[in-house]
Amino acid sequence: MRGIPMMTEAVLPASSGGGWSRLYQGKTIPVLTVLLFLCAIWYAGAVYLNSSVLISGYERNNVEWDAGRLVSDAWAMERPILPAPHQIAEEINKTVFQKKITSKRSLVYHAWVTTSATLLGFAFGALLGIMLAVGIVHVQTLDRSLMPWVIASQTIPILAIAPMIIVVLGNMGLTGTIPKSIISMYLCFFPITIGMVKGLRSPDVLQLDLMRTYSASTAQVFWKLRVPASVPFLFASLKVAIAISLVGAIVGELPTGAVAGIGARLLAGSYYGQTIQIWSALIVASVLGMLLVFLVSVIERLVMKKMGYGT
Amino acid sequence: MHRAVGSDDGTGVVTAPAKPVIEIEKLNLVFQTPDAPVHALSDVDLTVNAGDFVSFIGPSGCGKTTLMRVIADLETPTGGHISVNGMTPREAREQRAYGYVFQAPALYPWRTVRKNVMLPLEIMGLDKAEQERRARDNLALVNLEGFEKKFPWQLSGGMQQRVSIARALSVEPDLLLMDEPFGALDEITRDHLNEQLLRLWDQTGKTVIFVTHSIPESVFLSSKIVVMSPRPGKIMDVIDCDLPRDRKLDIRETPEFLAIAHRVREGLRAGHSYDD
Ligand SMILES: Nc1ncnc2c1ncn2[C@@H]1O[C@H](COP(=O)(O)OP(=O)(O)OP(=O)(O)O)[C@@H](O)[C@H]1O
Ligand SMILES: [Mg+2]
Repeated sequence: MRGIPMMTEAVLPASSGGGWSRLYQGKTIPVLTVLLFLCAIWYAGAVYLNSSVLISGYERNNVEWDAGRLVSDAWAMERPILPAPHQIAEEINKTVFQKKITSKRSLVYHAWVTTSATLLGFAFGALLGIMLAVGIVHVQTLDRSLMPWVIASQTIPILAIAPMIIVVLGNMGLTGTIPKSIISMYLCFFPITIGMVKGLRSPDVLQLDLMRTYSASTAQVFWKLRVPASVPFLFASLKVAIAISLVGAIVGELPTGAVAGIGARLLAGSYYGQTIQIWSALIVASVLGMLLVFLVSVIERLVMKKMGYGT
Repeated sequence: MHRAVGSDDGTGVVTAPAKPVIEIEKLNLVFQTPDAPVHALSDVDLTVNAGDFVSFIGPSGCGKTTLMRVIADLETPTGGHISVNGMTPREAREQRAYGYVFQAPALYPWRTVRKNVMLPLEIMGLDKAEQERRARDNLALVNLEGFEKKFPWQLSGGMQQRVSIARALSVEPDLLLMDEPFGALDEITRDHLNEQLLRLWDQTGKTVIFVTHSIPESVFLSSKIVVMSPRPGKIMDVIDCDLPRDRKLDIRETPEFLAIAHRVREGLRAGHSYDD
């Protein structure tokens, strides 16, 4: 899914700008051009993919048809193979703006259900990730004993383990947001651990020697050197982690047969062949992901500015 | 041979027998590197007394920084004996016996100039008012008033180095270890800081160990000049520099000054001779 291009950008600690400043740096026109180009391909693709269904329908019902009719029908089907962009836009308009946000049919409501699990999972993941990193950096045996497990945890496909987590937690009486955020946490602590370990180890020999000449305690070295030095690394990994966290929350909604949330919409959509609903849920999910990453980068920029990391 | 670097420099200031601050005997340090062991220090003997201003001078790679790091307990010798204030270097470091100015500024980029100077004071647990007083005074000493709120990247290399000097001075140590502290400065600033340092040394009676590549600087500042030579790093000569303690910059044109400078140059040449 989406999230991959954001990862490459977010991995660089020094990546500055973005968001609004990008608009002002004359990138609007190229971005719009690409968007238009994609839309054109999309419309063409919709005709191409939907035509065979339509043509067999025409032939069955002996309907006279020409290219013009085929195109307009291909862009207006109820259950198209690939819906046209304006159909998705209409659906999003209907379910995001026209419905009360408390309504079960409002996408805002579903997005919020997923977001709350995402944020909770992200908070758990950040906490777990940072604690693991602190342990790994300070205790040599943990470095050797824990790191392989941390890496192994990420090789297990989440789709295999998610149902089990839900069943086990459900047995313990935990349902709803908590199991979803646990899956979210399971996915997102990893980049935070890796980033934080790197960040806590980033002070160079000279910076550490300086602390040694003051005969600073381990705690003082940690708080006055390692933690501030790790902040750029932490934010780089938080941006990756929050996007992954959202994926985790959505995946967590799939095996539960959840009735609310973006994942539930995706599931229901595919169950009833409501492709337009699936696509609008997907779009809303990516917008949500971008918003969350944007939020983290805003906080990052504020913190980095406060810490004097240039501009 | 044991080289004593005393400080009975004829001014009559020191009457009692000078107390040794640093005693080094037969000190050796071999770095184990992947290709070949590097003999950074070879049979170094040196005594530095309280109140001495000792300069190390010698070609690049002769072990000046390494010797300084051994004194500061940042490097462990592979042989010989060393004591600082009558203790092991480790004990001396744990008692915060010295202030160290590194060859590079080593400022923390997330701290303002003022906060960088306050770093050791925070670690020592001084109260806030005292931290601020010392930061202000020492930044003024290196002519950096008005730059307190700046971050290191907003300063030139020379200014950063001056911040690191202020940071070392703010600890108010009896022993100052300075590794090419004025290397990155322009001539005029360097002259000014030389005078300031000399005044500080004269008034406070600190012991200073100073690394430089400049012959005039070493003669102007020091009470003793230690000439070193490389491969393996060892002491070639120890030159007494008995100019008056309260010297002014224009002393650099006097015959006494030039005679000592000449001797230092000869010592450096001798160290180089088998090298080229
Ligand atoms: N950590 C280390 N590992 C291996 N070799 C080292 C290490 N530190 C220094 N050396 C070697 O020891 C020798 C002395 O180095 P040192 O830094 O003391 O020189 P220096 O006199 O301070 O030189 P400069 O004037 O360029 O600062 C050099 O040959 C250097 O390569
Ligand atoms: Mg050096």
